[in-house]
Amino acid sequence: MQRVATWRRKGLGRLFLWGLAALAAYVLIRNLVTNPTLFFQQVINGLQLGFVYALISLGYTMVYGIVRLINFAHGDIFMVGAFVSFYAISRFQLNQVPAQIVGGLSSNISAFLGTILVIILSMLTCSALATTVERVAYKPLRNAPRIAALITAIGVSFFLEYFAALEFVFTSDYINYQRPFPVQVWDIRGVKISNIMLIIVVTAIIFLVILQQIVRRTKIGKAMRATSYDTPTARLMGINVDGVITFTFALGAALAGAGSVLYAIAYPQLIVFMGILPGLKAFVAAVLGGIGSIPGAFIGSLIMGQAEVLSAGYLSTTLRDAIAFTILILVLLVRPQGLFGEPEGEKV
Amino acid sequence: MKRHVLGQDLRFWLLAIVVMLVAQGIFFLGDRDIPIFNLVGGPFAKRVIISACTISIVSLGLNLIYGFNGQFSLGQWGFYALGAYAAADVTYRWNIGDASGLVFVVLVVALLAVTYGLIGRLIRRSFGFMDEMSKFTLYLIGTAMAVVVSLILTRLLHGVVGAIFGILPATLSMQLVFLIATLAAAGLAAVFSYLFGQPVLKLGGDYFGIASWGLTMVMFVLANNADRVFPEMKGSRGMIGIPVVTDWPWAYLFLVLVALTMRNLLDSSHGRAVISIREDETAAKAMGIDTTQYKTLAFVIGSFFAGLAGSLYAHQEGFLHPSTFNFIKSFDPLIIIVFGGLGSITGTIVASFGWAMVLFYILPSILPAGGEGWRFVVYPLALLLIMLLRQQGLLGGTEWGFLKPTRWSLAKKLQSQTKATEKAADAQAGAGVLPPEVAR
Repeated sequence: MQRVATWRRKGLGRLFLWGLAALAAYVLIRNLVTNPTLFFQQVINGLQLGFVYALISLGYTMVYGIVRLINFAHGDIFMVGAFVSFYAISRFQLNQVPAQIVGGLSSNISAFLGTILVIILSMLTCSALATTVERVAYKPLRNAPRIAALITAIGVSFFLEYFAALEFVFTSDYINYQRPFPVQVWDIRGVKISNIMLIIVVTAIIFLVILQQIVRRTKIGKAMRATSYDTPTARLMGINVDGVITFTFALGAALAGAGSVLYAIAYPQLIVFMGILPGLKAFVAAVLGGIGSIPGAFIGSLIMGQAEVLSAGYLSTTLRDAIAFTILILVLLVRPQGLFGEPEGEKV
Repeated sequence: MKRHVLGQDLRFWLLAIVVMLVAQGIFFLGDRDIPIFNLVGGPFAKRVIISACTISIVSLGLNLIYGFNGQFSLGQWGFYALGAYAAADVTYRWNIGDASGLVFVVLVVALLAVTYGLIGRLIRRSFGFMDEMSKFTLYLIGTAMAVVVSLILTRLLHGVVGAIFGILPATLSMQLVFLIATLAAAGLAAVFSYLFGQPVLKLGGDYFGIASWGLTMVMFVLANNADRVFPEMKGSRGMIGIPVVTDWPWAYLFLVLVALTMRNLLDSSHGRAVISIREDETAAKAMGIDTTQYKTLAFVIGSFFAGLAGSLYAHQEGFLHPSTFNFIKSFDPLIIIVFGGLGSITGTIVASFGWAMVLFYILPSILPAGGEGWRFVVYPLALLLIMLLRQQGLLGGTEWGFLKPTRWSLAKKLQSQTKATEKAADAQAGAGVLPPEVAR
């Protein structure tokens, strides 16, 4: 009797959702069976994209977890990081500095060290920029209504984009990116794996582990968790909340900076508006995984990467963004707090 | 006896007509390049003013959803896109002698409204409570059925309707078709927002904002790929050949009607229910207000306005490109309503006009040649400054003139009366204790 009543109330919606899921599973499995090589290639491509998104979405999720602000400027900080690495490589040949300092280094190791140098430079620039933005634009609005901070974030995003588009900054043209190391592609039974993909995955995992260690083990990580949990009480307990917030912004931006270099290496074309779409999708991934949760952002990004690449491959290239956003809406409907988020209790 | 139309007396409507005619006169003179007038009423200024009317209507809709009802929505731009493309398709087809678009849109809106009403009754009667997803599925099935039925009916009817409209003179029938297309496109946006709002409105807070933002993105992508279903929309190449019909009187008329409708709605008990949800949803629920219903109401009406404005925009430019509807531009109405003050109709209108004039008329004419790139550098800086200095917006929830709700003045009168009585009572009490000379 009870079951019949539940069916009457919820059955139709469940049927609809399961039907959609079954349809998606059917499409995927059919393609897996008919052409496994292509399928695994897509999955690999999706992993590459997903790990880049992961690096960006961590910044969104940490900032949202602490100040409840959708930091729209994050994607543009990502863009600045990519441009900084471009100038470092193409104008100042930073990737060749190790070879110049230490003579007789093998070209592989030198390129490796040079890339690390470029990534570190990009991370530092992004952190500095994010700290400045936080101090100038967001900090004065800490006690203002949340919408004011949101509009400010949109304003900062516009400013970074259009200022960067000026002739004497980065110009508004497409720029071809010069990779700091040559591309190598390995063919494993028809599935092509490039060294770029491996570098992206390894770097992203290293950064995730470091971040998890910072948040779990260090004092500042503890302060971050405390601030995220209850800001006023954290302040009462003697935590320098402003410092923690600035640190969070800097940390998130550093990850985005690293992500930007990897993204530019993988998709070597730059434009000042390049941060918008990856930023947006990384944000969606953070929401998907449960905003405020670091593992959630990571898993969400991987799902987002797969969803984008698989829907581009098997459904429609041009509609892939629409499909990604439809998935977001559906996940929100089933689990509003995201996959790993904690449900927000209703306060009276 | 005074006759009131939309809550306004004869004097107001005369004034409104005079304002319209004066502006029309200025535009007329500006078009002839007469000095002074060409500065305020030249073709370019006119275009900016009409687009300010359009953006005001979108922003008013968003203000109803966010400013008055407290539902943070970024989906307004998606409904704007929907309205623009739907109306543009109708008049485009009409222009090449095909009435099917007109018939279909009107039929589908009418049928969907009826279907949704019936489904709502069915759910209340025989299911009692039903979760949002199941409701949504039912509505989706109903939508599919209504669309199929209206497609069939369109096949049968479009010849007849075309013939009937063909009797009218061409200019008149164009205006009439435009009016119907605008209302139908707005209705389509409203109906669609009802369907979308069924499951999504319950999310509340930021999650509703993000989900509705997803809708805007989806609409943008669909606009880019519209040529697969409707070849005349040309997808990412941009739709051309839309008849240019929106002129100052139309834009002005719709703006006045929308502002008055909103004022009257918010002045009613329904409006107070809508506002109470913004103030405290739990308390509103505890007071017996059906919060789901009123959230849907505000969302649907707000989207209706968005669709309406979309049609105005499409027929002003005569050209639609998906990049107009990308999600960066979707922040424009949000920025405007925060500028003007959340929960202020006057503020939204003032801010829209100020925003459009400064951004598209004053800044481009001040900036030196070759400095166009600086426009959007100055704009966010101004945005930051305003947010730092005045977070509550320009008017911060107050209204001017005829947009003031009547009950505000009533409440004020009551307040001042109580104060006067208290004062009088105090004075009396004081008079009793102290002799007049001492008191003085």
